[in-house]
Amino acid sequence: MDEFDLLYQEVILDHNKNPRNFGVLDPATHKAIGHNPLCGDHIEIYLNVEDNVIKDVRFKGVGCAISKASASIMTTVLKGKTLDEVKELFENYHKVLTSKPDEPVDTEKLGKLAVFAGVREFPVRVKCATLAWHTLMEALEKKDSVLKVD
Amino acid sequence: MEKDLKDLKFAVEKKKEFDVYLIRQDFPILQRTIREKPLIYFDNAATTQKPKQVIDAIVHYYSQLNSNIHRGVHYLSQAATTEYECARRIIKSFINARFEEEIVYTRGATEAINLVASSYGETFLKEGDEILITYMEHHSNIVPWQIVSQKTGAKLKVVPIDDNGELILEEFDRLLNERTKIVSVVHISNSLGTINPVEYIIKKAHQFGAVVLVDGSQSIQHIPIDVQKLDCDFFVFSGHKIYGPTGIGVLYAKKGLLEAMPPYQGGGDMILSVTFEKTIYNVVPHKFEAGTPNIEGAIGLASAIRYVQNIGLDVIFSYETKLLNYATARISEIPEVKIIGTAKNKASLISFVIDNVHPHDIGTLLDRDGIAIRTGHHCTEPVMRRYGVPATSRASFAFYNTTEEVDVFVNSLKKIISKFK
Repeated sequence: MDEFDLLYQEVILDHNKNPRNFGVLDPATHKAIGHNPLCGDHIEIYLNVEDNVIKDVRFKGVGCAISKASASIMTTVLKGKTLDEVKELFENYHKVLTSKPDEPVDTEKLGKLAVFAGVREFPVRVKCATLAWHTLMEALEKKDSVLKVD
Repeated sequence: MEKDLKDLKFAVEKKKEFDVYLIRQDFPILQRTIREKPLIYFDNAATTQKPKQVIDAIVHYYSQLNSNIHRGVHYLSQAATTEYECARRIIKSFINARFEEEIVYTRGATEAINLVASSYGETFLKEGDEILITYMEHHSNIVPWQIVSQKTGAKLKVVPIDDNGELILEEFDRLLNERTKIVSVVHISNSLGTINPVEYIIKKAHQFGAVVLVDGSQSIQHIPIDVQKLDCDFFVFSGHKIYGPTGIGVLYAKKGLLEAMPPYQGGGDMILSVTFEKTIYNVVPHKFEAGTPNIEGAIGLASAIRYVQNIGLDVIFSYETKLLNYATARISEIPEVKIIGTAKNKASLISFVIDNVHPHDIGTLLDRDGIAIRTGHHCTEPVMRRYGVPATSRASFAFYNTTEEVDVFVNSLKKIISKFK
């Protein structure tokens, strides 16, 4: 298995092909739109948050396999988490993705998100794997917003 | 006797025959591998590779001639000036300009367009005037005109394109009128490959008294350019697209226009005399070349042009067309592939999309096989929107590419598609 197989492993290809929680939440307590003008990626995140806990989440949009799969897998881990837990998870995720390839990483804390550890071998693709997360954070901070990432 | 003649003709043709494998030996980078696989460089529309003749010319300049040009009385300064100005003559004859003074060195095509938009546009445009561009322009031939429009009140008009990626000439005819003052059009589209009928556009625009800028960024390396025959008013290109170094480009402009235009930047070299009360500008082209220029860039570009002239642009175009036809036929074997840009007159590039596979995934996985292509919007977002795609993958070929490389590329594409099934 080389770094390319690691990047495009079955789980990622599967989520790309059959994205989970794909669609719109209406009504939603929080939503945000994320763009990556460089690659034309576009993502919309919809959330229902009650008492600081994520009750439901949906996303829709277009993008590469990495960005679509990361959004899909993200939605599968969010439900039931408190906002503080989500924030911590994103911080750990971001830390692993932006670490140097030879640095040891703690993927245990990442759970399902560990499949994205291979992205760190491809620095230009880190943006793809984090667009959904940045958009999520934006949605949680402001209630309704548009985010541009480049 | 007849047989002898035939043999002789064969021998001449044989001698003239283009040997791609011999040519490839001139390009050091083509000898390297990427991840233990031979580099297949199909990103030539972004930038071309450099033959050792160009690399040697730059090394020679820095190891034997380095000095600041103009005004120096010592040996090196004169020798460097001679080389720098000799490069201008080579460029002049390459595009068949009438005068050497019509060749202005710039940092690239982008700076050349900005120079014209700023100097010519801000001087001669007024409210109600129109600037006509096309739907397939690179951002560098859109944004400078938007800036000058905002400053002058001139309006930007856009000629649409059809599904094949060809300009709709009836629309061009309709949009052209006596208010049109500048027509700025790309010669060959970097994202579609379309070769535009610039002769027609120039002739028509002149009937309405408009000046025409031709963006030759993607044509200079593929087809012979004769600016006098075209009768364009401005022609711009970048050195690095024609096997020369980055950071050097050319603005060709008719002498009368250059003389009527104010300087673009102030500084050394562009003046004849300076007092605090008044500055007298230098003659063209020096009026537009403020500051110490990219000397090694000019010398490297001249060397690249000599290299291309040695092969012959007609030979290059004919080989590249054969390669394009072969690649188009091979890529069309794949049912999932849709080619974006199917104009009748096309230069050697193929933009494409694949069902359910994003261009960035294609780009990353081709890279695994040592194949370099470009993915994204290619700085032509309006074109992407016109075709309803966020991005495309683009394979662009040069005369050093081979049919064997195309085969490897097509096989790699097939592998990627099956991975995503």
